[in-house]
Amino acid sequence: MWRYVVPLIVFATMSGFFVVGLQRNPNYIPSALIGKPIPQFSLPSLTDPSATVSTETLQGQVALVNVWGTWCIECRHEHAFLVELARAGLPIYGLNAKDDRGAALDWLAALGNPYVSSGFDPEGVAIIDWGVTAAPETFLVGRDGTILHKHISPMTPQVWQRDFLPLIKEQCGASGCTFLAAVGGQ
Amino acid sequence: MIPELGQFALALALCLALIQATLPLLGAARGRADWMALARPAAAGQFVFVAIAFGVLEYGFLTDDFSIEFVALHSNSALPAFYKFTAAWGGHEGSMLFWIAILAIWTMAVAAFSRSQPDEFVSRVLGVLGIVSAGIIAFALLTSNPFVRLTPAAFDGNDLNPLLQDPGMIFHPPMLYLGYVGMSVPFAFAVAALLTGRLDKNWAKWTRPWTVAAWVFLTIGITLGSWWAYYELGWGGWWFWDPVENSSFMPWLMATALLHSLAVTERRGIFKSWTVLLAIGAFSLSLLGTFLTRSGVIISVHAFASDPTRGLFILAILGLICGGALLLYAMRARYLEAEGGFKLVSREAFLMANNILFVIATGAVLWGTLNPLIIDALGLGKISVGVPWFNIMFLLPMLPLATLLGVGMHTAWKQMAAEPLLHRLRWPAAIAVVAGIALPLAIFGTTSVLTAVAVTIGIWVCASAALDPVRKLISRTGGPLTRAQLGMCLAHFGVGVFILGATVASAYNLEFDTSARPGDRIQAGGYEFVFRGLRTANGANFVADEGEFELRKGDDLIAVLTPQKRVYRVQQTPMTEAAINTNLARDIFVALGEPLGDNAWSLRIQVKPLIGFLWLGSALMALGGLLAVTDRRYRLIRQEQAATNAAAQQTIGAA
Repeated sequence: MWRYVVPLIVFATMSGFFVVGLQRNPNYIPSALIGKPIPQFSLPSLTDPSATVSTETLQGQVALVNVWGTWCIECRHEHAFLVELARAGLPIYGLNAKDDRGAALDWLAALGNPYVSSGFDPEGVAIIDWGVTAAPETFLVGRDGTILHKHISPMTPQVWQRDFLPLIKEQCGASGCTFLAAVGGQ
Repeated sequence: MIPELGQFALALALCLALIQATLPLLGAARGRADWMALARPAAAGQFVFVAIAFGVLEYGFLTDDFSIEFVALHSNSALPAFYKFTAAWGGHEGSMLFWIAILAIWTMAVAAFSRSQPDEFVSRVLGVLGIVSAGIIAFALLTSNPFVRLTPAAFDGNDLNPLLQDPGMIFHPPMLYLGYVGMSVPFAFAVAALLTGRLDKNWAKWTRPWTVAAWVFLTIGITLGSWWAYYELGWGGWWFWDPVENSSFMPWLMATALLHSLAVTERRGIFKSWTVLLAIGAFSLSLLGTFLTRSGVIISVHAFASDPTRGLFILAILGLICGGALLLYAMRARYLEAEGGFKLVSREAFLMANNILFVIATGAVLWGTLNPLIIDALGLGKISVGVPWFNIMFLLPMLPLATLLGVGMHTAWKQMAAEPLLHRLRWPAAIAVVAGIALPLAIFGTTSVLTAVAVTIGIWVCASAALDPVRKLISRTGGPLTRAQLGMCLAHFGVGVFILGATVASAYNLEFDTSARPGDRIQAGGYEFVFRGLRTANGANFVADEGEFELRKGDDLIAVLTPQKRVYRVQQTPMTEAAINTNLARDIFVALGEPLGDNAWSLRIQVKPLIGFLWLGSALMALGGLLAVTDRRYRLIRQEQAATNAAAQQTIGAA
């Protein structure tokens, strides 16, 4: 009798929606910063306190800005991949937030340093302007000094392929970037 | 080495679960006693290995083994020891292992207390539980392994989410999981009945105490969660229709319908396929809740894991278990139909109305919870469903349900004349209407239509539930009430108390947001609050500003309240610890807001009349359930059943 089949049909319909729903990210809220210029900041460098990392440092190049700290265990997961990207020649700048200088230097010594340089932000003041809610967060910065993309949670090869590479290819355009082939874009 | 032992134990538990999921079911289908006999040993072995795995994880937490990633993420050396213990279920991986452990406990209980049941039936029940267990253990091992190592080990841990550092967290998850996961037992009974194609009154009698037991745990678990949200989140609310709250509430609604439907099946042998469907539905909603909270398809303050592979895996388990059960239902349910009618005025009719209204309420909550997902999947944008929608959609079926409850309790099975019923209920009804309109006006000086209606219904349910015990007490005629009857009256009385609490606390809640400096006196809701001063109060892993307030009424000092604003050291998370002064009539709730500079602080003061009735009402419901489970007839059932089994065996032998 058909009425005994109704529950199965209802369940199957619901499951269909779940399958579609899983492909989407409910936490994805477009960042207000996308397409906006990089926020104004100037921080002492982690490795060399006399040098600074600032808005000007990032101008005129395609680069990643990665927010990290030794207290952030998720940051450990992406670290090896960041090192790999850096070896390929991609410039990565770090924002070391709410951290202890000694601990941060030990971390880089032990796990490798993927950063061209890291801004040292022990009070976590600069990252407020970047709209950072949780580390790790990774921003893609374009040649014209605008923020092109923001990724919350660890950077993975999948995320890199899916979200970052297409944007980078577009940025590098015909002129090309030296690192493009090495990071997975032909 | 020790964490690897835990992982190994879990893998062994999976092997045993797979044996338990296959051979006993096949054995029952083919009549092979040797295969069926494997069910109990497999369940016992699985229990032992799951216990070892859980013990290993706890050992990791208690010894601060930060080489285990899960421990490093959810604990800290400065965390007080009992929070280290509870932190084991404070994150996704550990809570899945906890889920598995609770299922192993229920499975063991079924294996131990089913000696009187036919082997074929028990094999099927344990086999179905084995399928569920194998699915969840495989999920844990493949996507959510709590024993994964962190190399190099972390120097110290990330600390447990400060929200979870609360005594309520010790009991809330275990109770909730015992309830949630306990729904697998009636589910397994229902599937076994479908497989056998036979469902008699004994089946219902046997399923009922298990259902009530799981329902009691679920009731306590949800209540503790609500109570915890009330005093720990510091907002003064007690129910937010958050997707995670909903996913524990939907199984509760379904289980409540199931309890009532089981009563009909036990007494009258009808509603059989419907009862089976509700049993499948209650556990499916439990699994659905696991899916919603673990997969990250829905945003929630509770959701701690957001990983599409996990989501797909749980969805596959959901499809296999619920889809499989519903397919079986579609094929076999018609064999369960039974003859037997009833009249419009009868216990059956009222219980049918109960079931319909509960299912409508569950459907409304389900729709509201999934609506954002559905709209998003259809590409129509992002929406969220608000609290007012839920309140209205939930009240629409619940108010008539509570009204009918008062009548239904006093009807007889099969058929009853309307006249004696009306005669019996006229006094409770009259009292309820008069008191429902007059009391709010007399006490609070104002009322609204909805408040009057809801208070009337609350008093009506209480009066109607108290009627039989009170009459028995006065007239002392007839036999004493059985525990089951008393339990039913108590639980229904609890429903009335809960309705009163929910209505009055929402309708007459007083809320003041203000700012104050030490020395200020604030008048609010007939009370005076004297802000004596501020001091620092430090705990093991947090620093806090603690305000000191005298709570005064007239010239009397009622209490000194000390709300805190804490900052947990490791995660640098600020937390509001509200101070609450409680008595049965009202709660007074003071929470420190933000420092406004110049020594001034923002304050939130709330006076919540009758809010204690919410927890009291829920506790009475749970207590009623507990009384019903311990009813004499369930203790007798084992002996009776053993006798009928022996007889049945003989008949089979003779044939």
